[in-house]
Amino acid sequence: MTSPLEQKKIRIAGPSVVTANRTWDGAVVYRTAAKDWSADLSQAAIVCNSDDAKALLAESVADDVGAVGAYIAPVQVGDDGKIEPGNLREQIRRTGVTIGQPVQA
Amino acid sequence: MYAYDEIDRTLVNERVSEFRDQVKRRLSGELTEDEFKLLRLQNGVYLQLHAYMFRVAIPYGTLASKQLRRLAHVARTYDRGYGHFTTRQNIQFNWIKLAELPDALADLAEVGIHAMQTSGNNMRNVTSDQWAGVAPGEIEDPRIWSELIRQHTTLHPEFSFLPRKFKIAITASDHDRAAIKIHDIGLRLVRNEKGETGFEVLVGGGLGRTPFIAKTIKHFVHGRDILSYIEAILRVYNQYGRRDNIYKARIKILVHELGIEKFSREVEDEWQHIRNSSLQIDDEVIEDIRSRFTYPAYEKLPHMPDELRQAAADPDFEAWRKNSVAAHKVQGYSIVTISLKPTGKPPGDATAEQMDALADLADKYSFGEIRVGHEQNLALPHVAKRDLPALWKALDKLGLATPNVNLITDIIACPGLDYCSLANARSIPIAQELTRRFANHELANLIGRLHINISGCINACGHHHVGHIGILGVEKNGEEVYQITIGGRADENAALGNLIGPGVKFDEVADVVEDVVEAYLALRERPEELFIDTVKRLGVEPFKERVYATR
Repeated sequence: MTSPLEQKKIRIAGPSVVTANRTWDGAVVYRTAAKDWSADLSQAAIVCNSDDAKALLAESVADDVGAVGAYIAPVQVGDDGKIEPGNLREQIRRTGVTIGQPVQA
Repeated sequence: MYAYDEIDRTLVNERVSEFRDQVKRRLSGELTEDEFKLLRLQNGVYLQLHAYMFRVAIPYGTLASKQLRRLAHVARTYDRGYGHFTTRQNIQFNWIKLAELPDALADLAEVGIHAMQTSGNNMRNVTSDQWAGVAPGEIEDPRIWSELIRQHTTLHPEFSFLPRKFKIAITASDHDRAAIKIHDIGLRLVRNEKGETGFEVLVGGGLGRTPFIAKTIKHFVHGRDILSYIEAILRVYNQYGRRDNIYKARIKILVHELGIEKFSREVEDEWQHIRNSSLQIDDEVIEDIRSRFTYPAYEKLPHMPDELRQAAADPDFEAWRKNSVAAHKVQGYSIVTISLKPTGKPPGDATAEQMDALADLADKYSFGEIRVGHEQNLALPHVAKRDLPALWKALDKLGLATPNVNLITDIIACPGLDYCSLANARSIPIAQELTRRFANHELANLIGRLHINISGCINACGHHHVGHIGILGVEKNGEEVYQITIGGRADENAALGNLIGPGVKFDEVADVVEDVVEAYLALRERPEELFIDTVKRLGVEPFKERVYATR
């Protein structure tokens, strides 16, 4: 697989965030404006053009210990500023499997 | 059951210590993710959508009750209380913390279980018929040979960095339950005219983006030569297999591009150099492995005990018995398949409580042994017929007596977009809806043997190409779309299915399957004609017409 930073062209079609998995437990996290990671999507830094997206991704990937597999993901930002995942994959990453689990944690 | 020796135990324990140190160095930042990724993959650890997924090997699908209990312990202690049995005689845990993985591995190592070579570009878990050693009419127990290959290939330096992953399956029966024709190497135990044991060797099978059915490369390789012959194949693959393009790196592409004749000549040349080397297997080696497989002290039991005769009056029991109980090589015993496909549940999932309870039932009714099949079901291989009614009642209490083995709701499905980072579409919700749609046992029975396979992406972990009805989820314009094929099969007559038409939306899949099934019921010549045979006789067109007439 091509690592995100090796992608020559990063085009985004709308508001986006950088998401990854936390290294020690694999949990879904988002890059914040404070250059940290948060499990809360509402804390994510929003980027709206490709240059900003590339910069945020580069900074995120540089933090190799905090989180792994960083990539740019689409989001939708409501009029009230509420951030929602921009596709089904990201929705599932945020809210969990759609199928119910035999045993809940 | 197989008894591992000191070498195996030392190897597994050393591996745990090594991985513990690697994890520690990763979490401290001493190792980067790029450096660590290969190491974690070599220990069965993937990074998936929500968390780390941990894949554990169950060699040739055989588990002791204490091993199943330990898998339950891992599910309960380190994960979310359940595990997922896969199509490769593995079990996966979906939510394990990296920091706790060494402890989980150490707990498994205590009972002889490991995760080596369950991922990465190496020789994967060698799989076999889940009825090995108990199926009537098999040439001999194929696990003996699976174990030989496992020992030879585990951490073998020449096979640890192959162009791509490599999968071997072995069967010893006329009816192929190990799906050998969709493996990189498929081995079928046969006897020659002298009565000697050997193998028909098939090569170049596989699904994924470019599916192929394996071709026979040699009709008979003597048992003593099987390691050298496999090694010759691997050497040709290692030399010529493409490493520049991940999509063309599997041996099936090499066999296809060279042609089976040229490929077999290359293998033959290589084999002549090495066949009389130390790779030739002494009889003592095989006998040592054979002696480590122990079989139960079977009793002399009647073919039809009173308990079974009396229970036959209960139609629910009979429905289960006819569906889930198979003939055993020893009179008075049966092989019982336990469906992990209850209505509305994800195929292949089992809770820690179910695993513990099944381990208890294995101790009570099956000499402490459990099997795992590629269809994502389990089996108890040595059940006395007199115990069948009691076992059925116990399974029913656990929610594990659904009488749907080989019927339309016995669905194989990959984890799909609910779990997998490669998937484009969901698989499990489609399976759940289909099990609800066809929950009526009489209807399912009327339809008869029909296998549905679902994959959430082109990598085909749900083996959709070889489903009687195959369902492939793809992503189109941000939506899940499903392509339907019919006519595939994974048995001794393995074939790839044919597309019936344009993809359909998530909400339409169950309706389409229902249309295909209704078409079959109307088109079959007699009730005994199976779906797969009707498709073979008529082709895709009548099904296509039915499905797309109103769409």
